[in-house]
Amino acid sequence: MKTKHKKIDYAKWGYFFILPFFVSFFIFSFIPLIDTIRYSFFEYYRSGIKEVGPNFIGIENYISLLGSDMLKYAANTLILWIIGFIPQIVIALVLAEWFVDARLKIHGTQFFKVVIYLPNLIMASAFAMLFFTMFSTNGPVNEILMSIGLIKEPFDFLGSVFGTRSLVGFMNFLMWFGNSTIMLMAAIMGISPDVFEASELDGCNSIQRFFYITLPQIRPILAYTLITAIIGGLQMFDVPQILTNGQGTPDRTSMTLIMFLNSHLKSRNYGMAGALSVYLFIVSGILCFFVYRMTNNDDPDGSKAAAKKAKKQRRR
Amino acid sequence: MKKRIISILLVAVITASSLAGCGKSSSSDAEGGEEGKVINVYSWNDEFRKRVEAVYPKVKETSKDGTVTTLNDGTEIHWIINPNQDGVYQQKLDEALMKQADASADDKVDIFLSETDYVNKYTDADADVAMPLTSLGINPDTDMAEQYEFTKVTASDVNGVQRGSTWQCCPGLLVYRRDIAMDVFGTDDPEAIGQKVKDWDTLKATAEELKAKGYYTFSSYADTFRLYGNSIEASWVSPGETTVKVDQKIMDWVKDSKEWLDAGYLDKSVKGQWNDDWNKAMGSSAKVFAFLFPAWGIDFTLKPNWDGENGVWGVTNPPQEYNWGGSYIHACTGTDNPEHVKDIILALTADKKNLLKLSKDYAEFTNTRSGMQEAAGDASYSSEFLGGQNSFQYFAPVAENIQIAPLSAYDQGCVELIQNSFSDYFQGAVDFDKAKANFETAIIERYPDITAIQWPE
Repeated sequence: MKTKHKKIDYAKWGYFFILPFFVSFFIFSFIPLIDTIRYSFFEYYRSGIKEVGPNFIGIENYISLLGSDMLKYAANTLILWIIGFIPQIVIALVLAEWFVDARLKIHGTQFFKVVIYLPNLIMASAFAMLFFTMFSTNGPVNEILMSIGLIKEPFDFLGSVFGTRSLVGFMNFLMWFGNSTIMLMAAIMGISPDVFEASELDGCNSIQRFFYITLPQIRPILAYTLITAIIGGLQMFDVPQILTNGQGTPDRTSMTLIMFLNSHLKSRNYGMAGALSVYLFIVSGILCFFVYRMTNNDDPDGSKAAAKKAKKQRRR
Repeated sequence: MKKRIISILLVAVITASSLAGCGKSSSSDAEGGEEGKVINVYSWNDEFRKRVEAVYPKVKETSKDGTVTTLNDGTEIHWIINPNQDGVYQQKLDEALMKQADASADDKVDIFLSETDYVNKYTDADADVAMPLTSLGINPDTDMAEQYEFTKVTASDVNGVQRGSTWQCCPGLLVYRRDIAMDVFGTDDPEAIGQKVKDWDTLKATAEELKAKGYYTFSSYADTFRLYGNSIEASWVSPGETTVKVDQKIMDWVKDSKEWLDAGYLDKSVKGQWNDDWNKAMGSSAKVFAFLFPAWGIDFTLKPNWDGENGVWGVTNPPQEYNWGGSYIHACTGTDNPEHVKDIILALTADKKNLLKLSKDYAEFTNTRSGMQEAAGDASYSSEFLGGQNSFQYFAPVAENIQIAPLSAYDQGCVELIQNSFSDYFQGAVDFDKAKANFETAIIERYPDITAIQWPE
C-alpha cells in the first residue's frame, strides 16, 4: 500500500485562497507602479491630441522638478498638514483620556464616539464644497459674523492666505480627529488598570497621571498615528483642490504636492508626474520604514531607546 | 495611475455595452448599403441629442434612458456622454480617438462635438481627427452659405479647410436690469440704454452714474473677459511655435479690470464666474446692473438664478461685439457611416427651417443669417423672460459684426489660467509681476511643450 494520505498538505490551500489578492495586487498595483517608475525616465506627454514620446531622457524629469516650485508645494503641504494635525492630536488625546476615564462617568460615550467619527464618513469633496459655500464672501458665515457685529465688512476667507490655509486645516482636523480619538482610546484602554490604581493610591492628580502614565504608555501608538498622518498628509489633495478649484489660490499658497501632480496629469505628462510620484514614494517609503521599525520591536514600550535601556539593565 | 485603471475599465464597459447594443440591431433595410449599423456620438450632455430628436426627420425613437436613438432605417445612434467638468469629456474623447484606427466598425467614433474653447485642438490639420467637410461631400460654400462666416472660420484648420459645423451661433449682448435703469437713468428703453453702453468710454461714464446710486455695473472682472479675449489679434500660440504670446488686449483687460474694481464699478466680493457669489449677483437683491451674455447664457444661467418676476431684464447692444461659446459637430475620421453623418450635419446646421425651429423651441440664436433676420422682425420670437422683447433684433447685428479671434490648441488653458493668475492681483493678494510669474508657472505646468511666455511691450 502506498502511503498516499499519510501527510496532508493544507499549505497549498492557504496559498490558493490568498492568490486572488496577489493576482489583483500584481495587475492593479504592481504593474502600474513599475510603469510609473519607468515612465519617469521618459519624455512622454500629449500636446493637443498628438502624443509626444515616450523618449528616454534619463533623470531630466527629476532635475527639472527640483528646479520647479516642488519644494514650495512640499512646504505648503507641510504647513496645511500641521495646521490641521496639531489641534487634531491635542483634541483627540483629551477626548480619549476623558472617554476612558472611569471616574468621569461620561454618559453616552458610545454616542459621542459615533458623532465625532461622522465627519470622516462625508466625502471630502462634498465637505469642501460645503465650506466653500459657507465661507464665500457673501456666504452665511460672513452674514452671521456681520449681524452679530463682530466684523463690519465681509471677510474674504478664500482670498487670503491665512483664511484659506486655516479653512483647509480646520476641515482636515474635523475629518480626522474622530479617527485619532478612537485609535488613542484603544491604546489607553490597553494600559493595565493596575498602574492607574497604583498612581491614584500614591496621590497622583489627573494632570500628572496624563503626563507621567498615559502619554509614555501610549507612545508607540502615538508615533504610529503621527507617521500615518504624515503619509496621509503628503497625499493631501481633495480638500484644497475643491476649495480652491484646483488652483491653490491665493498666490499658489495652498497648492499641495498632489495638486501639483494633478496639474501635470491634465496634459497627460506621464514622465513628469511619474518623477514626482517617485519622489513621493521615496519619502513615504522612508516614513513607512520608521513605522515598521517601531511596531516590530518586542521591547516593553516599543521604542528603541527603551529597548537599549532594558538591555543595559539586564546586563548589569 | 488610478485614473488610468478607471479609464481602462470604463473603456471596457463602453465597449461591452456597445457590443451588447449590436445584438439588437439585426434588422435593417438595404438603403445604407455599406453603411455601419451604429453611429457613435461623443458629447458632454444631452443638448445635441435633443436637437437631433427635434429636427432630424429620420429619428424614430429614443430609448428611455436616452443612450440609444433608433433611426427609421434601423441604424442606431449611440450617445456616449461624458461631463465637461475637469476635462473629463476631452480625456475620454482623446482615448477613443487614439483607438479609432484599431476599433471595429461599430465601435468607431462617428460624430463628436467640441466647444469653441477647444475646437482648434480637434480641427488640427496634422492630427486629422475631424474630417474635412468636403470629404463628406458637403460643399461649405454652397451648402452652408447661410451660416455666419465666423463660425466657419472657427471650425477650420490652418489651411482654411472647414472641419466642423455648428447649429448655434453665440453673439453676446448686454443684459440689464430695467428697474435699476429706471432708478438711475430714468428710462429703461433698450435704445436709450444702448446709447449709454455703446463703447468702453461711454460705459465708464455710465458706470460712474451707477456707482453714485450704489450699483455695480458688472458683477465680476471675469464678465468682461470674453469681450477682450475674443478680439485678440494673434492667437495665443502661433502655429508651429512653442511660445505663448500674451496679447495687448489681454493686458488691457487686466489694466481696465483693476481700474474698474478699484473704482468700485465691479462687485469686489464676486470672484470669477460659475460660483455661488456670481449666481447670487443675478438675484433680485443684488446690486448688479448688467451681465454680458449670449443667448444660452440668458436661458441657462440668468433665468434659473433670477428670483423676481419676468420682464425685469432687458437686452441691448454690448460695448463691443463678441462671441461666447458654441458647440461644433465634427465627422470623425474613420467613420463607417459617412452618409448618415453628412445627413445629420446638413439637417442640423444648414437647414434654415430646422434652425428656425430650434430658435423658437430652445431660444437659441442659430446659424442661419437670413433666418435670424426673419426672427428679428417676427414678434413670435419675443421672449417672455425679457418682458416681450425680441432679443434676436439685437443679436443679429452683433453676429454680423463678430471678428473671431484666431484660435490655437492652447486657448482653453491660457484663458483659464490668465484669469486665475490675475485674480490674485485684482484682489491685492500679489503684485503685478508676481501675477505674471504665476501665469508663467501655471501655463508651463499645463502644457509641457510651451517653452517661453512673451508679454507685450
